[in-house]
Amino acid sequence: MDEELVKIKQLKTSFRVLDDYYAAVDDVTLTIYKNEVLAIVGESGSGKSALAFSIMGLHNRAKIEGEIYYRGENIANASPGRWNKLRGREMGMIFQDSLSALNPLMIIGTQIEETLLLHNPKISARERKIRVIDLLMKVGIPRPEKTYYQYPHELSGGMRQRVIIAIAIANQPQLLIADEPTTALDVTIQAQILDLLRQLKNEMRAAIVLITHDLGIVAEMADRVAVMYAGQIVEIADVYTLIENPLHPYTKMLLKSVPSSSGAKSRLHVIQGVVPALHKLPREGCRFRGRIPWMDASVHESNPMLHEVRPGHYVRCTCYQYFHFPDKYKEESSHGTH
Amino acid sequence: MALIEVEDLKVYFPIRGGIFRTIQEYVRAVDGVSFSIEKGQTYGLVGESGSGKTTIGRTIIGLNKMTSGKITFDSISLGEDRRRSRLNIQKDIQMIFQDPYSSLNPKKRVIDIIAEPLRNFEKLSTQEEKSRVQNLLDIVGLSPEAMYKYPHEFSGGQRQRIGIARAIALNPKLIIADEPVSALDVSVQAQVLNFMQDIQKELNLTYLLISHDLGIIRHMSDYIGIMYKGRYVEQGTADEIFTNPQHIYTKRLLSAIPDIDPRQREVIFEKRLKVRDEFVKLSKNYFDENGLAFPLKPISKTHFAALPERG
Ligand SMILES: Nc1ncnc2c1ncn2[C@@H]1O[C@H](COP(=O)(O)OP(=O)(O)OP(=O)(O)O)[C@@H](O)[C@H]1O
Ligand SMILES: Nc1ncnc2c1ncn2[C@@H]1O[C@H](COP(=O)(O)OP(=O)(O)OP(=O)(O)O)[C@@H](O)[C@H]1O
Ligand SMILES: [Mg+2]
Ligand SMILES: [Mg+2]
Repeated sequence: MDEELVKIKQLKTSFRVLDDYYAAVDDVTLTIYKNEVLAIVGESGSGKSALAFSIMGLHNRAKIEGEIYYRGENIANASPGRWNKLRGREMGMIFQDSLSALNPLMIIGTQIEETLLLHNPKISARERKIRVIDLLMKVGIPRPEKTYYQYPHELSGGMRQRVIIAIAIANQPQLLIADEPTTALDVTIQAQILDLLRQLKNEMRAAIVLITHDLGIVAEMADRVAVMYAGQIVEIADVYTLIENPLHPYTKMLLKSVPSSSGAKSRLHVIQGVVPALHKLPREGCRFRGRIPWMDASVHESNPMLHEVRPGHYVRCTCYQYFHFPDKYKEESSHGTH
Repeated sequence: MALIEVEDLKVYFPIRGGIFRTIQEYVRAVDGVSFSIEKGQTYGLVGESGSGKTTIGRTIIGLNKMTSGKITFDSISLGEDRRRSRLNIQKDIQMIFQDPYSSLNPKKRVIDIIAEPLRNFEKLSTQEEKSRVQNLLDIVGLSPEAMYKYPHEFSGGQRQRIGIARAIALNPKLIIADEPVSALDVSVQAQVLNFMQDIQKELNLTYLLISHDLGIIRHMSDYIGIMYKGRYVEQGTADEIFTNPQHIYTKRLLSAIPDIDPRQREVIFEKRLKVRDEFVKLSKNYFDENGLAFPLKPISKTHFAALPERG
């Protein structure tokens, strides 16, 4: 494996809900290496974006505990000035929420130029414009000279997303966090963007953290995959192991929910229940136990740990050893049954 | 009879440029599109990003003005009778928006967001309203205490479910779902898609489903239309499109679908490059001198493709 770029130790990111702080990222320990694509998957609300925001220093109201080392420097509670430097030059982020990441009152060209200036304040206006047009072309914008002068609302959802991607890769970051980078894009543009990310990795030996719901993208892009549930990593392994031999019940169920490519109009597999609200999360024992109620309580650990089952393959809690799907799978529809 | 019929729809936007931001030319966002959807069916709309899919949806619900063409809904022409039919149309056609962030008012609580259409169209007591909202939340898999929270307190996927709850609140006839599940993880996706199929049967709902996810489009749709630069390149049943694609853009789209088997990476990559090169090489045969698709020609009774005249 390549050298370490980011080392996260027992990270806890908490939000204030009602009168108390509740952890959305709860005890995450994780290393991100140079020259790798680390995919993060997990249920909606499991803390993927909260983790990404913590690594990028973008939470303003959250309480951050634990350590985040970037090239050996603990940046967990670094000053805003330090963060701005890091984000402009070394780290890039593609936000899930693309619309609000752009300034509605500024033309696209100027927004990208601002990022270029962060890295190199001396670059001439002419040079900047050439670079911007080049970046827009790279991300597949068909008429970059036009788009340069347009405002965000004049672009389609997918075009805005490509602008965000252009901003994120403008300074060829060492660490790129891509939060659902391609969900708004058609699959041909998606393939093009994924190629671009691969290129960034190969040319710069950059680390890419790819947050996605699309397991097809994970299969095509990732070197390693971390699976999150309720603020914690429940499984982590190389991509082949994770898809071919998943161990954690959540991972197994996730892989079963993908619409089959044969296109059969059968019902899709659903994981029963809902992710509990932040302040209602069970924080004692196995957090997934409520979602697999048919399993005996004794299969869970009282204080679930990440176990290294094979080199590089970690699973939380012991329940995976006993896990089975219910005898006759009740294809649970969402009609008021939980 | 078709519930909705769109005939030769054109929607053009002015592009401004230069220092004075004067109109320099027009974007032909939708450039002569026709399709119809039978009651109770699902029509899948896919295509290039920026090809005009959202614009079609927005034009049907009246958020964009049509430049020309005709839209008939439930035997009422939307173009001319817009004002007269407005009230009912607002109730009968609902849209689930692509962007779950900007479509929810950040200053309103969830209960007010979901109840807003109810308040406009139905007179319910506070208690009735509360139980309706609770039921809707339950349907989309959110807990009841979500009611008194604000959008920023939810994750991306949770917010999209709030949008869906609002869209189904009035039991509409047609739902235009623009990327309804792209912000959701696959398990919740499954739940929402199953649910959409359930209420479709129960309420005889009609869907116009816009999505980039061809797995979902195939799973859900009876008919599929494929768009490229404001025009159709192909239309047919789900089977026809997936097993017998005719247009080179359709073929390219299909080759770009990611595969869940990581061991196929290289193979898929190679194949995709091949199709892409073919697309570049052959595209002058498949598009006119402006790079636009030709008019549709019948392949079968249900299958149409924008192929050039032979000979
Ligand atoms: N600013 C905030 N204030 C309070 N709670 C928050 C805030 N941001 C996120 N949360 C909560 O933290 C949890 C994790 O949210 P996060 O956005 O990280 O989820 P996610 O895994 O990215 O989900 P998705 O796949 O839907 O984007 C959720 O329960 C969410 O409601
Ligand atoms: N208000 C507007 N002003 C100017 N141009 C617009 C406006 N709305 C849309 N367009 C343009 O119309 C075209 C079609 O946009 P539309 O949003 O319909 O695409 P789409 O197919 O939904 O794309 P995506 O898959 O990326 O969401 C794009 O070129 C877009 O830039
Ligand atoms: Mg998120
Ligand atoms: Mg769109």
